[in-house]
Amino acid sequence: MDQGTLQGIGTILAMLAFGGVIWWALSPHKKKDFEEAAQLPFEEGELDGDSQSDEKRQDL
Amino acid sequence: MSNVATAGDQPVHDSEATGQYYTGVVKAFAIMTVVWGVVGMAVGVLLAAQLVWPDLNNLLQPYTHFGRLRPLHTNAVIFAFGGCALFATSYHVVQRTCRTRLISNGAAWFTFWGWQLVILAAAITLPMGFTSSKEYAELEWPIDIAITIVWLVYAYVFFGTIMKRTIKHIYVANWFYGGFILTVAMLHVVNSMEVPVSMWKSYSVYSGAIDAMIQWWYGHNAVGFFLTAGFLGMMYYFVPKQAERPVYSYRLSIVHFWALIALYIWAGPHHLHYTALPDWTQTLGMVMSLVLWAPSWGGMINGIMTLSGAWTKLRTDPTLRFLVVSLSFYAMATFEGPMMAIKSVNAMSHYTDWTIGHVHSGALGWVAMISIGAVYHLIPVLTQRKEMWSVQLIHAHFWLATIGTVLYIASMWVNGLMQGLMWRAFNDDGTLTYRFVDSVEASYPGYFVRLLGGAMFLAGMLLMLYNLYRTVSDKEPEQSSDAAAAPGQPA
Repeated sequence: MDQGTLQGIGTILAMLAFGGVIWWALSPHKKKDFEEAAQLPFEEGELDGDSQSDEKRQDL
Repeated sequence: MSNVATAGDQPVHDSEATGQYYTGVVKAFAIMTVVWGVVGMAVGVLLAAQLVWPDLNNLLQPYTHFGRLRPLHTNAVIFAFGGCALFATSYHVVQRTCRTRLISNGAAWFTFWGWQLVILAAAITLPMGFTSSKEYAELEWPIDIAITIVWLVYAYVFFGTIMKRTIKHIYVANWFYGGFILTVAMLHVVNSMEVPVSMWKSYSVYSGAIDAMIQWWYGHNAVGFFLTAGFLGMMYYFVPKQAERPVYSYRLSIVHFWALIALYIWAGPHHLHYTALPDWTQTLGMVMSLVLWAPSWGGMINGIMTLSGAWTKLRTDPTLRFLVVSLSFYAMATFEGPMMAIKSVNAMSHYTDWTIGHVHSGALGWVAMISIGAVYHLIPVLTQRKEMWSVQLIHAHFWLATIGTVLYIASMWVNGLMQGLMWRAFNDDGTLTYRFVDSVEASYPGYFVRLLGGAMFLAGMLLMLYNLYRTVSDKEPEQSSDAAAAPGQPA
């Protein structure tokens, strides 16, 4: 395979990856998560006392 | 799956208490943003005056020569003013949207003093004539190394703080800040590869057209990542915050981020149209610049539409005005940019004052105005006040900045078009209609209007500095809940 073919494949892969990002961003089941994420700047009051642990609080 | 661990049990509009976030270093960077803004723009006004009255070059030769002060101006406004604004806001935003403190207060303060030292070194070496002669990367190799060290510590503080976040989701503003920090590290290191021959002289390891292409790959992405991605991070936090509404479309913000990151990096060749750069590279740079119009306007619409339903706030809130007008200038500059990247348009616009006007449409209208808006939002939050010492002064600053920017870019449009047309005017016998100096003489009225506009913008910054001083030095902070102080009245 010559360099041009490899570059062409690279371009197609990059386009597919970008398409994947758009599909992911627009998929209906992410809607609620994104609405919550958009509220992040407004939920920044005081940090709770000693809850400075490095554990990420995840309620999956 | 929930992105926001604490969502639901928090009031949407929380108090602006500083909590236990590290605010000292944010405040220091915010104050220096205004100080360096005044210094950098004052040098700019001097340069504008030199173009009207060339005798001003002789104030203190050779240090005050236009050729030496010009890189001082660009470095001061981009890296000192813009850089401090990015440090301040990124440290503020990353803590609050990750609901955690900075990973290291000491490292954050190291970046503060390190960055001030770099700025000081630039302010001394550039007027002395030490330069690598790469535009926006003029600083010589010892300073390049210092920048790299500070930048690596900055990356440690920023990404380390993201690593220890207590919220699962990484808010979109942090993606933009993160993209800016990573890309600028890469650009700076690659473009600054140089061979030192003495303490203050080095030569680029690249040569010829490759050196030019590396330089403008750096140069345009300094615009794309330092002056755009970082400030878009600012937009995605401070516009919603000041408008008290979430961003218009969070989904669009994700597409915006990836599209911008994927496209900007290819646009550099449009700085080298009709040069020794291969023709296909020039055409590629032109096409990628045109495609870039889409994410630029997508992001701008996302920012402006955040105000939908809250437009009335613009009548009373000058800080919000700064933020929204910055987006309007961003829209203008990112429409103009791709247009100027078209080779046939560039054939007329390149090397004229139109380029200078375009840059300042972005630099004054977008970068400076959004930074000013962010700092006016930040200072009361950091000092636990309801608002700045004088809201009336913010109003005055807004009008000085807006009218100043319009005068600046309009005069440069006129000059640029006139120069481009004069340089390409031919007589019937094929000789040039005008001598070059004819176009210089014809440019004087435009240069004077530009000086007026720049001076107005600087005057606004001086009002800001005074307002900042009064706010910070005020002994008794108001309580956030204390509604006693009417807008516009000194506390």
